[in-house]
Amino acid sequence: MSIEATAATALPAETRAGNALRSVARRIEWRPWTAFAALLALWFAAHHFGWVPAKYLPSPVAVVQRLIREVTAGTLLHDLHETLRRNLSGLVIGVAAGLALGALLGASSLVGRIVGPTVLAQRQTALFAWVPLLAMWFGGGDTGKITFIAVAAFQPVVIGTWRGISLVPTTYRELSDVLLLSRWNYMRLVALPHALPMIFTGLHGALIYAWLATVGSELFLNISPGLGGRLNEGSQLFEIDLLFLVILLFGLIGLGFNTLAERAEGLLIRWNNR
Amino acid sequence: MNAPFSAPVPSIATALPALDIRHVSKAFVVDGKAVEVLADISLSVEAGSFVSIVGASGCGKSTLLRLILGLDLDYAGDIHLDGQPVEGPGPERSIVFQEHRLLPWLTVEGNVGAALLHSGLDAAARRRSVAEHLELVGLEAFAKAYPAQLSGGMAQRVAIARALANRPRFLLLDEPLGALDALTRLRLQGELKRIVAHEGATAVLVTHDVDEAVFLGHRIVVLHPRPGRIAAVLEVPEEARADRSSPTFVALRDRVLELLGVSLGEGRAR
Repeated sequence: MSIEATAATALPAETRAGNALRSVARRIEWRPWTAFAALLALWFAAHHFGWVPAKYLPSPVAVVQRLIREVTAGTLLHDLHETLRRNLSGLVIGVAAGLALGALLGASSLVGRIVGPTVLAQRQTALFAWVPLLAMWFGGGDTGKITFIAVAAFQPVVIGTWRGISLVPTTYRELSDVLLLSRWNYMRLVALPHALPMIFTGLHGALIYAWLATVGSELFLNISPGLGGRLNEGSQLFEIDLLFLVILLFGLIGLGFNTLAERAEGLLIRWNNR
Repeated sequence: MNAPFSAPVPSIATALPALDIRHVSKAFVVDGKAVEVLADISLSVEAGSFVSIVGASGCGKSTLLRLILGLDLDYAGDIHLDGQPVEGPGPERSIVFQEHRLLPWLTVEGNVGAALLHSGLDAAARRRSVAEHLELVGLEAFAKAYPAQLSGGMAQRVAIARALANRPRFLLLDEPLGALDALTRLRLQGELKRIVAHEGATAVLVTHDVDEAVFLGHRIVVLHPRPGRIAAVLEVPEEARADRSSPTFVALRDRVLELLGVSLGEGRAR
């Protein structure tokens, strides 16, 4: 690397610019895109050669046209806004509840012994098993949907926080005893920083589960503005281009959430290993 | 050599020993069976003196320190500090563990400052005490560093500063230099001696390094293992403490090694 760099400085300017361009090209990670491109090509081919009836498979161009139409009409942006609003409301409620209960479970071994097993049992129930019950309790409207999303986000956060705080090694506990740290200072200086990586893993899980729950709630509960509602609409009206468009959007937003969480986690780990 | 230890060595200033351990026995339950780790330990330490406890691993040295700290109250016998029974950890006692046990997410000054949160001092006074003690261990330039950025010796010096920040009257040292390389250990032994003298603390050092015990202690307590019991208490003459190569130092060290069951002739004979 350093040898290359010294060589580059010795070369004339235009060659150097060429080298820089080539090094940028080398840095761009192209491999993941090959699978994507192959899939796109297959899609084009399947549509073009009529391998799949157009009724079931729109052309990629039709999906893009639909996107443009939806965006200019403002409908899709409204749906996107509604979906994200629900997702974030549920996420915030679930994460806050998870952090609070997790901290309580971790801080008091008595609470951990009494409430802990119930929390673990709740985690074992498949997420979507809650849908009918929550629909009965809170209705299929926004309240029911947001509650379901909150339940989904709550599970990984409460477990991560609880484990992180209760798994502080005895060496640190002993130290805190010797330093006569108050309960508050122990939480602030020892338990929470120690738990942070595990809390973060929980938050990452919450992000993914809440997104799943958002899609699920919009599909299985009342139809209302939102991307899930558009999915229902697409399938009922047989608008195949709309279905494809919304599925792509769901994938892209999920990918965005995941990338965001991974970036943040990377930063956190660097901070922790300083 | 089972000299009567219950009779305390006459102290210089006060009749009441600063640390008084009387007939302490301690057993752990392992697989349903009681295993005795300390048997009838009696020891008195006068204020300001430095006692080294040496013994092979498994002789209950560290357990004894835990009892003095008040981390474990389940034992037979009595431990008194200035006439008061030990009922739990207290601000007049502090410890340096074998591993530095610095919190990796706090800076050096944050770690030292954590020892002062219970002191009742205001923030400015706490900052002063932290700075003062970092200076004492020669690390004032590293106040903002994180533990991972320090060498093993530096981290242990921070741990020493943390243990001293609250000006404890009793400093307990649990093989504090055991994890360090030989050169750093020698240098820190000198520093530890100077620092403890400077603070005027009563110190109890647990170690398996006989040279260290002789160099630092006013007295050496030799423990025999399984169960841990006192085999001998030896006074360290000033001459031995002052010079590692003095004949007195060498003679005392050999005496301690012999008490620990190390045969000195063996190496020469073969």
